[in-house]
Amino acid sequence: MLSPGSGNTVIKSKLISRRMFLITAAKAVIMVGLVGRLISLQINQATKYKSLSDKNRFREWKLAPERGAIKDFFNTEIASSEPLYQLHLVPENAKDLDNLFVRLKAILNITDKKVSYLKRVIKKQKPWEPVIVSENLDWSDFSRINLFLHELEGVEPIVSVARTYPDNSSAHILGYVSQISAKDLKTKEYLKELAVPGMAIGKTGLERKLDEQIIGKVGYQRYEVNAFGKRIREIKIDEGQAGKSFKTTLDYEVQKFTNELLKDKAAAVCVMDVYNGDIVSLVSSPTFEPNEFVHGLDKAYWNSLITNDKKPLANKALSGLYPPGSTIKTLVALSALENKIIRPLDTFRCKGKIELYGEKFHCWEKDGHGIVNLRKGIQRSCDVYFYEVARKLGVDRLSDTAKRFGLGKKVLSDFIEERSGVVPNTKWKKKFIGQNWYLGETLHSGIGQGYFQSTPLQLCLMTAQIANGGFKIKPRIVFDEKNDNLRNYLKHKNENPNEPLPTDLLVSNFNLEPLFKNQEHINLIKDAMFSSSNEPGGTSYMHRLENPKYTFAGKTGSSQIKRFTEAQREAEVKQESLPYKDRDHALFVAFAPYKNPQYAISVLVEHGGSGGKAAAPIAKKVIKKVLERHELRRSINNQIGEPV
Amino acid sequence: MLQPRSIQSSLGIRDKILSIDYILVFSILVLGIVSMFAMYSTDGGQFKYHTNSHILRFFVFFGMFFVVSFISVRFWHETSYIFYVGVFILLLGVKYFGLTSSGSKRWLDLYFMNLQPSELMKIGLILFLAKYYHRISIDGVNSFRYLLLPITVLIAPVILVATQPDLGTSILIAAGGVIVAWLAGVRAKFFTISGIAMLALLPIAISFLKPYQKSRILTFLNPERDPLGAGYQIIQSKIAIGSGGLFGKGFLNGSQSYLDYLPEKHTDFIFTLFSEEFGFFGSLFILILYAIIISRIVKIGNITRSNFGKLYCYSFATAFFLYVVVNMMMVLGLLPIVGSPLPIMSYGGSSMMAIMFGLGIVMSCKIYKDVPVN
Repeated sequence: MLSPGSGNTVIKSKLISRRMFLITAAKAVIMVGLVGRLISLQINQATKYKSLSDKNRFREWKLAPERGAIKDFFNTEIASSEPLYQLHLVPENAKDLDNLFVRLKAILNITDKKVSYLKRVIKKQKPWEPVIVSENLDWSDFSRINLFLHELEGVEPIVSVARTYPDNSSAHILGYVSQISAKDLKTKEYLKELAVPGMAIGKTGLERKLDEQIIGKVGYQRYEVNAFGKRIREIKIDEGQAGKSFKTTLDYEVQKFTNELLKDKAAAVCVMDVYNGDIVSLVSSPTFEPNEFVHGLDKAYWNSLITNDKKPLANKALSGLYPPGSTIKTLVALSALENKIIRPLDTFRCKGKIELYGEKFHCWEKDGHGIVNLRKGIQRSCDVYFYEVARKLGVDRLSDTAKRFGLGKKVLSDFIEERSGVVPNTKWKKKFIGQNWYLGETLHSGIGQGYFQSTPLQLCLMTAQIANGGFKIKPRIVFDEKNDNLRNYLKHKNENPNEPLPTDLLVSNFNLEPLFKNQEHINLIKDAMFSSSNEPGGTSYMHRLENPKYTFAGKTGSSQIKRFTEAQREAEVKQESLPYKDRDHALFVAFAPYKNPQYAISVLVEHGGSGGKAAAPIAKKVIKKVLERHELRRSINNQIGEPV
Repeated sequence: MLQPRSIQSSLGIRDKILSIDYILVFSILVLGIVSMFAMYSTDGGQFKYHTNSHILRFFVFFGMFFVVSFISVRFWHETSYIFYVGVFILLLGVKYFGLTSSGSKRWLDLYFMNLQPSELMKIGLILFLAKYYHRISIDGVNSFRYLLLPITVLIAPVILVATQPDLGTSILIAAGGVIVAWLAGVRAKFFTISGIAMLALLPIAISFLKPYQKSRILTFLNPERDPLGAGYQIIQSKIAIGSGGLFGKGFLNGSQSYLDYLPEKHTDFIFTLFSEEFGFFGSLFILILYAIIISRIVKIGNITRSNFGKLYCYSFATAFFLYVVVNMMMVLGLLPIVGSPLPIMSYGGSSMMAIMFGLGIVMSCKIYKDVPVN
């Protein structure tokens, strides 16, 4: 060790130590840096990273809530929720998929096409994501599956809830539900919180109007998931809340009866309580099967609906626009009386046609009605009489009266399919057509043709407001509270014949709004309508009900599709011999019973020919049915809201 | 001077056992046991393949550590070059007979285990250079003649490993060699010049990088660049560590790793898992264990007489420190993900073998501290 190298070795050793000291200092600095980083991540930013970690861990699955029920006036559910039996398959739990499908095919009715479709779906998605083998199993299939469950590994029977309707009688007014679309998500604010994939929402009718409240509160399941999205365990479950149920003013029995009556026709019927505006029945025909929409529509069925000429998807009672035809004559007469244009006994001579302003105006009765006064004019529906009245009245005054009685605006609220129709006047024509009003057009308006457009529901409201003595009513279909103001007013008047209060004060005490200047005029119209239905020569005399309990007073109407040519007129061509598409729409409005009006009805039969022949017989049957159920309905009404 | 030499050369087994650094042995053992718990957690709280094989490896190589310790440092000095050459041949073997896994060829199939020679090269290069600089006089260190061989033995394995490709390990091998040269007295000027040369060559090196390596570097610079792809590992690792908080989520409760958000949790990200379950204090505990181990190695370097021993211990301590720091900085989002295991903690036989072998030589330096190597 005393070799020359030994001194060198010591120097070298010192150099090594000196340099190592530098390295150690650097190490210390780096260590401090690491601890600093740990402090920053695990202490300073711990909250941030904890929430990020939870965001990783938890995934929520929303649960579609049960839709509230819709009931009729007698609390029968006309739209309810039923358990829905589905069969799901989790591929990763199945040992042998091919074998499983063979077994499933033996137990259920699954087509080969469906099996190959399912296999394709399985290939595309993660092995723990379920595929729906069967969306809607009936109970017998479902119980059979449960019986064989032990040998069907990977298959999961699922019980869910879905909308169901007892039948299709109220399909239009109830509407239908189906899957949320991208457009729904964009346009409907309330769905932002609610949207659950696969959840059905109301698309039309009441289902749509009430959707926000009837849909319920979405529940959720919170799962812990791994990095690949597989559910590891359930953390929390919130069942959500079923939607609110609604009671309507509809009578399911009448709905069924009317629907059966209208079968195969393109037609609509509205029935309304004349005192409180409760819509007892609202049927459009042909109808569709609302249950078909719940689980994704069958393409063939959809095609059959949209190619059908009779337009089964349209709610004709709300959205069908038809010229009111002769049914408007009640209002023409009333308007003329109220405006002192005519007196009831003023007469005109009907020779079958009149010539005015260089144009021929025909009466439907080619040979004319002879001397006609107001009562006879309505009874026989004499066109010439009303040409004369309309000419003197003018279209603007007629339009005022028509609007007052509810034409030209929507009757209900929040039905997107409802349309408001047209009540023409000079201003309207200038604004929408850009032309001046021709006097000839006034004459057409006087018999409800020309620009006039109305829905069957509007005509029903018009009739109801005539029947109840000329008071404004607010039609409703969702029952909220007892609404007997008008009935109470009439009762009060009957019981206190010597009421000291002046009528207008009394009326406002009962929160009523009269639509007349002189109620006597209303009574004149009602009497004329009675004669139209119940006196020989009346346009619907053939279809009267003689039992005073059911006797109705009505007015026929037909709305022209195509004007008759002079040749056709000469040849006395009958409506029945025309092609279906060219026949007039048949209309009929009425109220019953005549002595003590309770209900108003409007009937429309598309291309039915004349109102007296096609629409009145239907109205007769429906009126009888409704009146038979009147006592029952009143008794239910009287129970509501009574202190217990 | 002769007296101690004769005593040292005839050390009895009792003397050897008594002169073991027990603090170092104890720290290694504690770290080993901690690593077993961590591995048990990666297996989802079960004794599965990774846990069982990690435990077995730890004890096998811990045994090897003692065997290496009890062999005289003189033997390790003498076999240094042979060891290096042997490992180099194995590296060449990898190039031709290696196993390919996820796009890189790193392993040799030895039937009883898959050996990763690049891990052994980390020790081999340090041993080689420690012996080389031990021989050279202080004046010779900086002469060109004596720089040629070190540069060659450094560059050759680094290129072999880098082309496997395994960028992380090749950098760590190179770092080990550079540390020995620095400690041996190679002038700072030389490192500066080669550093500048490296920077100049960087664009060329980048053109040789595989696309995934480029993307890793870009991802490191901005992990949110591709949160579901390349940045995923860094983001999820930071979330795991950060969400551990002060005390951690508890043993077997690390949701990030339990739910598979954490990639490579057995190997490179084992610290993340531990840190998530045991929090800041757990992480600090691990850091302190490593600090103790490193400081004990340095201490042994201080007391060992031979310059070979000093050079080896100091270099190994520094390299060991680098392995720890690079891995931790990586999982803490301070360095790009280059793929380097955490000594003793990470799953992996070759890394465990190399570290235990390296520690064994350190302990041999302690036991035979007064034995001159030549």
